[in-house]
Amino acid sequence: MTEADLNTILPEIVLSLYAIAALLVAVYSGKDKLAGPLIWITAALMAVLAAWIGFAEPGTHLAFGGMFVDDGFARFAKVVILVSAASVLLMSRDYMMRRGMLKFEYPVLVSLSAVGMMMMVSAGDLMALYMGLELQSLALYVVAAMRRDSLRSTEAGLKYFVLGALSSGLLLYGASLVYGYAGTTLFSGIIDAAGEGQTPIGLLIGLVFVMSGLAFKISAVPFHMWTPDVYEGSPTPVTAFFATAPKMAAMGLFARVLFDAFGGVTQDWSQVLALLSLLSMFLGAIAGVGQTDIKRLMAYSSIAHMGYALMGLAAGTAFGVQAMLVYMAIYVTMSVGTFAFILTMERDGEPVTDMRALNQYAKAEPGRALAMLVLLFSLAGVPPMVGFFGKLYVLRAAYEGGLAWLAIAGVIASVIGAFYYLRIVYYMYFGEEGETLDRGRTSMPWVFLMGSAAVMLLGIFNLFGVEGAAITAAAALVN
Amino acid sequence: MADFFYNTNLGIFLLIVGQVLLIVVPLLVALAFLLYGDRKVWAAVQLRRGPNVVGFFGLLQSFADFIKYAVKEIVYPAGADKFVFLMAPMVSLVMALIAWAVIPFNDGWVLSDINVAILYVFAVSSLEVYGVIMGGWASNSKYPFLGSLRSAAQMISYEVSIGLIIIGVIISSGSMNLTHIVQAQDGNYGIFSWYWLPHFPMMFLFLISALAETNRPPFDLPEAESELVAGYQVEYSSTPFLLFMIGEYVAIVLMCALMSLFFFGGWLSPIPGLPDGILWMFAKIVFFFFIFAMVKAITPRYRYDQLMRLGWKVFLPFSLIWVVFVAFAARFEWFWGAYVRWTTGS
Amino acid sequence: MTVAGLAFYLFAISAIIGGFFTVVARNPVHSVLWLILTFLSAAGLFVLLGAEFVAMLLIIVYVGAVMVLFLFVVMMLDVDFAELKAGMAQYLPIALAIGVVLLMQLGIVFGDWAQAPGAEAARAAVTPDGVQNTAALGLLLYDQYFLIFQLAGLILFVAMIGAIVLTLRHRDGVKRQSPFAQMMRDPAKAMELKDVKPGQGL
Repeated sequence: MTEADLNTILPEIVLSLYAIAALLVAVYSGKDKLAGPLIWITAALMAVLAAWIGFAEPGTHLAFGGMFVDDGFARFAKVVILVSAASVLLMSRDYMMRRGMLKFEYPVLVSLSAVGMMMMVSAGDLMALYMGLELQSLALYVVAAMRRDSLRSTEAGLKYFVLGALSSGLLLYGASLVYGYAGTTLFSGIIDAAGEGQTPIGLLIGLVFVMSGLAFKISAVPFHMWTPDVYEGSPTPVTAFFATAPKMAAMGLFARVLFDAFGGVTQDWSQVLALLSLLSMFLGAIAGVGQTDIKRLMAYSSIAHMGYALMGLAAGTAFGVQAMLVYMAIYVTMSVGTFAFILTMERDGEPVTDMRALNQYAKAEPGRALAMLVLLFSLAGVPPMVGFFGKLYVLRAAYEGGLAWLAIAGVIASVIGAFYYLRIVYYMYFGEEGETLDRGRTSMPWVFLMGSAAVMLLGIFNLFGVEGAAITAAAALVN
Repeated sequence: MADFFYNTNLGIFLLIVGQVLLIVVPLLVALAFLLYGDRKVWAAVQLRRGPNVVGFFGLLQSFADFIKYAVKEIVYPAGADKFVFLMAPMVSLVMALIAWAVIPFNDGWVLSDINVAILYVFAVSSLEVYGVIMGGWASNSKYPFLGSLRSAAQMISYEVSIGLIIIGVIISSGSMNLTHIVQAQDGNYGIFSWYWLPHFPMMFLFLISALAETNRPPFDLPEAESELVAGYQVEYSSTPFLLFMIGEYVAIVLMCALMSLFFFGGWLSPIPGLPDGILWMFAKIVFFFFIFAMVKAITPRYRYDQLMRLGWKVFLPFSLIWVVFVAFAARFEWFWGAYVRWTTGS
Repeated sequence: MTVAGLAFYLFAISAIIGGFFTVVARNPVHSVLWLILTFLSAAGLFVLLGAEFVAMLLIIVYVGAVMVLFLFVVMMLDVDFAELKAGMAQYLPIALAIGVVLLMQLGIVFGDWAQAPGAEAARAAVTPDGVQNTAALGLLLYDQYFLIFQLAGLILFVAMIGAIVLTLRHRDGVKRQSPFAQMMRDPAKAMELKDVKPGQGL
């Protein structure tokens, strides 16, 4: 351990020290009264850290003997994670405060979870991977069950916890096999052991288990069963958080393990990923059709989107990773916007998640309805929006990676999936007359809703430079 | 002959058994008189005469009690889990006795000179709680069960602070071997070289935690006779009760021994120039036993919530801060290196 | 047979017996006690391996603390274990299937046991010669694996926050004791002496 090591992980150190300090200060002074300001401070700190990481000098730095990797890929993922976590925190503040469920532990837990995510995308060692993953998940289990008086919320937390523990078990089982055969937990050592033609079978079995554990975290089919219940049961701001930063982190970790540790056996994992991707896209698209709860719908939508992102990874090329990163960045932005809209859905001050409540919404709130329309079209992948380009990216990556069949399947699934997004649009514009939702207030969620809708429209010119950053990031990972 | 004892399995086995007996038998005999002393001190404080019938000044009272307990009939409560019911006192006694395996009485006079001796003592003393829990549960009766619950919570709470106090001593001596810890206290200033001076507040914390850990007054809540009749021992009679009692007292004497090893230089002489030796160790143990007896005689019983508060809200933070302080003091050699005496290397 | 060999078989057999009876014991408290035996035997095996520090930690942490809490829970909660076990027959086929799959995997793993070339050289933390087990562990934890060690601390921190967030309730209208105020109370504050004249009262 040297000063250089500590300097490399300085952003993580700052964030964890902040979390500890915030907890101490809040416990000994105002308790929940401090929660509001704490959210602002946390979000601001995350934004500052994101800027710091984003504008850090390029290049790859290893710390702690290769356990921690700070490269372009990690920085890209960290910026997305921090920015999305900060956005979700800001837009959930008002919602949670009005319902008296804002506790000062919430921002603290979210920051610690963010530290875990940052560790995940920077992991260069199986142990660091597991520690980051657990730190992230443990904080998420708690925030899922945060509304402890609500049966739904506790059920969500418990389900998430039990199934999450199961997936951690799978992952650990795989990791121990990998360690047993490779003789090291360092990715740089594993990649030497897992070269072409000489890979022991035990190593591959281990790889499959590790992939199952990770697929669980990104809720890819067949490890998706927790997602709808957890999305529906958790408080909406928490669901919004689930749908954004952790997804990016888990995806980043997935890519990191596959390329850094198993880059030599691309053929072996590519087929598994292709299968996961295919199943996720179709299940997400088909099962979402029957849903009436918008949070449940978003759960299936996220499953489908993870399928597309996995498609990019399955290609096994630098372009595939780049496509995955761009896709995830776009997906996270869309999710923030969509959840900002869901947060404002309420009738007589009570939150509503039934889709049919949106009947005739466009008449009452034309601006918001239009923004939501843009977001939904983007989620569905309708051409002029940015979401379309994300899909195009991964389809191209899959095609160029020799997975033309997967690309075609992706197109079909996206057509099926478009149905349920368009159904919401139908409700909003042509739904039956009935009880309407409350008039929304101009507040934080409004800003994020409009902002992300604007991004969906304006981004078609150059994607705000995300593409260039993604190219650098992908090049850092795949070489 | 020496060859037989050092080189054959049977010989080594016999040698070890001999050494074990050499520790256990004097310990139990001494215990009989310590018990007598305990009652005498208690009586003296209360202006009574105490045991004075059996033998000269009642010196043989403990042996009379022993015979009485041993020849009585064992009563099993209805619905008791017989196996666990009988296991409990045995666990209690065995755990108290096996900890003595690593206690050095003089330089090199130790049954098993292992390098994690402190952890071993700590581990064994953390197992003692099972005797109490098992006894309380197996009796199938209300008061014993309540007593065992109290005792388990209490022992676990105070183990935490004992652990932290010990860490300070470990940092100062750089070893977990009890012999090394005593050697590290050997200095030119006799009594002032010992750890009680640099670790002054911890000495008291350790004494109090030891009282709580061994369920002695003022922390004898598990057997508080005014609330729980006699706690986990209510249903015990005859030999099992005797085992419980001996186990309890052996644990107390063990704590006295640890106290003198950690903070009072074990077998080292308090006055420079006088020879070190096992007599000092005995004297220190007896002295601390006297303190234990006095505490029992002069303090009222704690309330349970205050006991818990003391453990978690006072002792734990204080000993934690002390560990940090000692770590800094040892690292930067504050106070003329009083906190860092790594005489023995790693 | 050497003493160490004898000790190994003793500990190994008692660990297996303990594990077996943990599963089949009818009384949950007995199950926990058998589990304690298993832990103790495992600690003995660690000692035989020369990992005395780990052995002691296993006893202190698992037997001394975790199992006590287990015992607490089992004794206090009125769980009908017979009812829980009634479902066993129903799920037994699935459990067996999973067991067989895992066994087959293990079989494959062992049947094809071939480490990657260079795995031996890649071992990260080989026990150094001439250093005590405890010291060697300390050097590794605070130097090479410092990052992971600290992360483990953060995870425990999150677990602690979580436990408090999900369970602590501040009830209003409850009289609370302040031990400090109680201790600071003296007769001068609590009592007042009055000189009562005979036949008059207060």
